[in-house]
Amino acid sequence: MDSKEILKLTALELGKAIKEKKTTSKEATKAYLDAIASLDGKYNSYITVRAEDALKDAEAIDEKIASGELKGGFAGVPVAVKDNMCTDGILTTCGSKMLGNFIPPYDATAVRKIKEEGMVILGKTNMDEFAMGSTTETSFFGPTVNPWGDNRVPGGSSGGSAASVAARLAPISLGSDTGGSIRQPASFCGITGLKPTYGKVSRYGLVAFGSSLDQIGPMGRDVLDVAYMLNVISGEDPKDQSSADAPKLDLEAIKNFDLNGKTIGLPDQYFAEGMDEDVRNAVMEAVKLFESNGAKVETFPMPIMDYAIPTYYIICCAEACSNLSRYDGIKYGYAPDDVEDLMELYIRSRSEGFGMEVKRRIMLGNFVLSSGYYDAYYNKALQAKALIKKAFDEAFEKYDVVIGPVAPTAALKAGESLSDPLKMYLGDICTVLINIVGVPAISVPCGFTSQNLPVGMQIIGKHFDEQTILGFTYAFQKLTADKAYEQQTAEGI
Amino acid sequence: MEITEELIDYLQKLGRIRLSEEDRQKTMKDLGSIMGYIDKLNELDTTGVEPLSHVFGRTNVVREDEVTNGDMRDKIIGNAARKSEETILVPRTFD
Repeated sequence: MDSKEILKLTALELGKAIKEKKTTSKEATKAYLDAIASLDGKYNSYITVRAEDALKDAEAIDEKIASGELKGGFAGVPVAVKDNMCTDGILTTCGSKMLGNFIPPYDATAVRKIKEEGMVILGKTNMDEFAMGSTTETSFFGPTVNPWGDNRVPGGSSGGSAASVAARLAPISLGSDTGGSIRQPASFCGITGLKPTYGKVSRYGLVAFGSSLDQIGPMGRDVLDVAYMLNVISGEDPKDQSSADAPKLDLEAIKNFDLNGKTIGLPDQYFAEGMDEDVRNAVMEAVKLFESNGAKVETFPMPIMDYAIPTYYIICCAEACSNLSRYDGIKYGYAPDDVEDLMELYIRSRSEGFGMEVKRRIMLGNFVLSSGYYDAYYNKALQAKALIKKAFDEAFEKYDVVIGPVAPTAALKAGESLSDPLKMYLGDICTVLINIVGVPAISVPCGFTSQNLPVGMQIIGKHFDEQTILGFTYAFQKLTADKAYEQQTAEGI
Repeated sequence: MEITEELIDYLQKLGRIRLSEEDRQKTMKDLGSIMGYIDKLNELDTTGVEPLSHVFGRTNVVREDEVTNGDMRDKIIGNAARKSEETILVPRTFD
């Protein structure tokens, strides 16, 4: 099979082609590595590319496929992994100078599972430093560029995982989502990204940011790829006590999902002023399509959304400052070599190793947790969290899914929000609530703005009900097959 | 919430961070606008609401403490900035 054909296949199609001996894992891996070599200088979606090692892995996997040892749907399929998941023997930087030399001695559970499936890791993708950001511009390794062009950011923090899939430099990728970091870049880059229920995928080996919010999830061009990938990486893990045992997805049932009689709730606030007109229209068109195919649609108020950003930033910064206290310049990570005083070593390692956004969040976190302010901020945020959960519980008593935009706008111009952190934080308004409550949500391409930038629709489901949101997503993909939003890529690649 | 010089000093101390003068001025301004927005949370009535930490109400999850990792000593020491062949080195901690 020639490499152009290979790059066009979805991940499941590629797995099937390898199984049917129409191509091999090595040939597919080489096709992707060649594409990376010729195009990633422009996009900077990878921090580390495993050129030779990936080919060696692919060769070994081809043998195991031939011997029948590997039988999974993704056996032999290449994959890109966000650079905050530990990979045994492979540099894992988290987009930071702090971890610029860090070589993990073990695999994250999600990484172990994709290896067991027989996937070939092409490399580690670029991201906002420690996943703190919404544009992939805070990476120590330079910004990622949105393949849709026009000097746009790819979103973040999983911007490299999104851009690599959008530019066909990987058939599928893993990202992580603390406040929208899978869904928002998926939306900005015109691909599909799923944040699973909190606990569905083990966080063992994921560099910790906000531990009550972090979740690993799949990013791909096709909804079935995303569904299958969730089956590969999900499951209870004794190494993550917050992980849960939940049934695997039934892909056949997703394909046969019936919209008839299903109920959709649209929160008023998700369509309020401040949302870009083109974004709102694209999402409403999609909702109308569901309605004309038998779903019942209702709007409802969700006033608690006004408090989403303050609640989220208090909780995530509080957890981040605690998690990042481990970086002391001693066990691993950056340290200056000309310091002979212990306290000075801590201070200089952290001051020189962390970028500005990370320092800002550490300081914010320490502030909201500090004596005298704990009750006013952190405790207040946990009370707001209880009210946010109640609002979602009530919504899901009435509706099968809740739908809204993923972000108030399509991809922003590079540099637009970097100078004003508050502006960047406010862009997270549609996604952060979902992490606070721990429910699953997907971003699926649903149209374009007048400037031809992709728009994502967010479909939010009940705890552990990924099956339903993927059913909706598949139905949408089928209904819009003629438009094939998810198959369009930038610059006709 | 006013962000004072003293507060910035305190937060630097808590976080073991030292900002350059330029970053310090920018941080004062940025934290001021962020906290100004975060203070909006005061408008939310939370009287009588129990703070919620875990959404599923999971409490302690325990397992047998069995060693499953192999020997990683060299790989682990390899990541330290200062090391000898056998151990991680730190600056003198007492005289």
